[in-house]
Amino acid sequence: MMVAVGSLVGRLGMRQWGVGPSALTRGPLTACRRWAGASADTVYDVVVSGGGLVGAAMACALGKRISGEGGKKGAQELKSTCGHGISFVGFGAWDHICNMRCRAFRRMQVWDSCSEALIMFDKDKLDDMGYIVENDVIMHALTKQLEAVSDRVTVLYRSKAVGYTWPGPFSMADSSPWVHITLGDGSTLQTKLLIGADGHNSGVRQAAGIQNVSWNYDQSAVVATLHLSEPTENNVAWQRFLPSGPIALLPLSDTSSSLVWSTSHDHAAELVSMDEEEFVDSINSAFWSDANHTDFIDSASTMLHYVVALLKPTKVSARQLPPSIARVDAKSRARFPLGLGHAVEYVRPRVALIGDAAHRVHPLAGQGVNMGFGDISSLVHHLSTAAFNGKDLGSMSHLTGYETDRQRHNTALLVATDILKRLYSTSAMPPVLLRTWGLQATNAVSPLKVSGHSELQDFCSLRKDC
Amino acid sequence: MWRGRKLSSCGVRFLETLGFGYPSTLAELPLRTSWSGTMWFRAYRMTFSCLTRIKSYRSSWKRLCSTSQTTVDSNEVKTFLALAHKWWDEQGVFAPLHSMNDLRVPFIRDNLLKTSANHQLGKPLSGMKILDVGCGGGLLTEPLGRLGASVIGIDPVDENIKIAQHHKSFDPGLRKRIEYRACSLEEIVEETAETFDAVVASEVVEHVIDIEAFMQCCYRVLKPSGSLFVTTINKTQLSYALGIVFSEQIAGIVPKGTHTWEKFVSPEKLESILESNGLSVQTVAGMLYNPFSGYWHWSENTSLNYAAHAIRSKVQEHPEPAELFSKRETEELSANASTNPCVCEELKK
Repeated sequence: MMVAVGSLVGRLGMRQWGVGPSALTRGPLTACRRWAGASADTVYDVVVSGGGLVGAAMACALGKRISGEGGKKGAQELKSTCGHGISFVGFGAWDHICNMRCRAFRRMQVWDSCSEALIMFDKDKLDDMGYIVENDVIMHALTKQLEAVSDRVTVLYRSKAVGYTWPGPFSMADSSPWVHITLGDGSTLQTKLLIGADGHNSGVRQAAGIQNVSWNYDQSAVVATLHLSEPTENNVAWQRFLPSGPIALLPLSDTSSSLVWSTSHDHAAELVSMDEEEFVDSINSAFWSDANHTDFIDSASTMLHYVVALLKPTKVSARQLPPSIARVDAKSRARFPLGLGHAVEYVRPRVALIGDAAHRVHPLAGQGVNMGFGDISSLVHHLSTAAFNGKDLGSMSHLTGYETDRQRHNTALLVATDILKRLYSTSAMPPVLLRTWGLQATNAVSPLKVSGHSELQDFCSLRKDC
Repeated sequence: MWRGRKLSSCGVRFLETLGFGYPSTLAELPLRTSWSGTMWFRAYRMTFSCLTRIKSYRSSWKRLCSTSQTTVDSNEVKTFLALAHKWWDEQGVFAPLHSMNDLRVPFIRDNLLKTSANHQLGKPLSGMKILDVGCGGGLLTEPLGRLGASVIGIDPVDENIKIAQHHKSFDPGLRKRIEYRACSLEEIVEETAETFDAVVASEVVEHVIDIEAFMQCCYRVLKPSGSLFVTTINKTQLSYALGIVFSEQIAGIVPKGTHTWEKFVSPEKLESILESNGLSVQTVAGMLYNPFSGYWHWSENTSLNYAAHAIRSKVQEHPEPAELFSKRETEELSANASTNPCVCEELKK
């Protein structure tokens, strides 16, 4: 379920007066004041606007003390902990997640409905490839972690930012060099760096005047929590490309799985409103029916299959069928529209965009929130280095480093996802043939598969249960 | 898009400076687009006037050296006065200095942390007292303050101090940690003798009249075993060609008239001045600026910019000249066939 619980403003403040003995143990991005007593003079190091998965995770990551010793060793430590992607372990939320529920998956099968072509991802010795974690579980873990760093991070629940004032190019006159955020209750916050994590209709991005390249897909995603007919090991993620859009089944436990079905707006509305039995039947049929197969494509794919077996007579992945569905959780059905979006700039002086505010992607690859976590990792790395060099946090010199890092990575993924979506949105002969052979070849050629696999893996490979 | 400005503005400035005189006034020259043969005449005239000016500067320098009691050069003061309001524009004329912080702040921080056993988490320079000589608008003073040090920034130009005060006033965290004073180093030597853990003279020694006197003052305000950090420009043909002609006259990376080649100091000369004033040189490292990317890099090559770190020796104040001479002899004997006695340690980043 897509969650947007009002808007949440998390902040890291700076003590306004004197450096007391307790404050000496704090890091450069730390020390904070309780909101109730904040005076007009308080300037915060960072304000995060937006309290979803990515906004809350950003606040946690900044609040957690990352540096070890000071000195060069400290700098290296900073770089190594942040260098390989967001680590929920690094800021302590992973333990909370494990104590609630998460599901490791060991295999992923992706196949076409118009042919027999399929691709199977798994690790050697069937190690865990990644984890499926529900949205609510992540939010709960992050909220707990925010409480643990509440001396450095203040969270303002149920507060909405209604206006932003940007500083001039450089402080010459008496104008304040900080960003001013006006809240719904009329109060204002001053900050050195505003991070926009407020989703694909980002208010921060609009207020900063950053251009956004976007278009709507003619699709909505339907989500639900499903109960399997019988308990099973349930450690495989399934995705089938139907002409109307991909349908995915993600394991949550031995007896339940999560559904993400991207389809036309009309069909999505139908699915959400139909009764439970009909809904369950549609799901089962979507995964099992071969109605879209054609003889021509079948023969073509069989031919390539023989060629591949001849050249590389080792692994033959037979198509497996996902477990059948018996029931759906009442009230867990929902739908939301899909589209693509990419901000032309991720940063401006004293502003940075992360998560869906910067990029919006189709859920077919399950990478939307993972890209957001990658943004957090990169931004925290750059901010830590900047803070360790005594820099002004809102300075463009390190913000552009973050932008370059992430735009390079995200653009490639967005383009690839868009191409895949378009390629699989048709049942016309030529694209079907192309994608059938392409998928079979990729499945056979290990290096291609591994590089695609690692892209999907990313860090913890959390997949949002929306 | 932010750095692209440098390249495009270079082109405009090149056209503007076809009729350069040297040293120029700070008024902007009118844009000239004529490419006739008068350009060559102008270039010849420039070179000639440049050499004349160098000579006159040299003689004035000698004159001032013998009689002045200050290290402040009033011509330099005038130069910086006109630029005072531009200090905090990160993309403006002082952009290279802003970007130089990426090298000099870690240089100062890491060398100071080596000497101190007490590492405060997140505020590595906490508890240290630092003097920033020639702080200008506070470009280097503020990062040092953010890292926890108590910093006093001094500059002879009133306007610079005003700008620095104004800029720091917005940040509650810096207000208590940084203090600015409009004065020269000599004026505070008496009251701040042996007070500072570190003295920073970044991009300053190439602007002072009497480096010897300047270093003596630095020595006196440092605590025993305190650190002195200097960044400056080497006096070589390359530094003339790139540092003056290219940077100031052609590309406009540095405002015209900022530097006088005659006042540049080679690392060898700086080292000998430091050693003879009881400051033992620990590190000398070259710095290179890439005008296209706008970033600085450490380098083994010290023929343009370089940074030096020296420590005030505990034992003797001023070694006898005879002792110094024999020390140098020993150094040369033990050195390799190389004629360069300069100690160049690569700083590991």
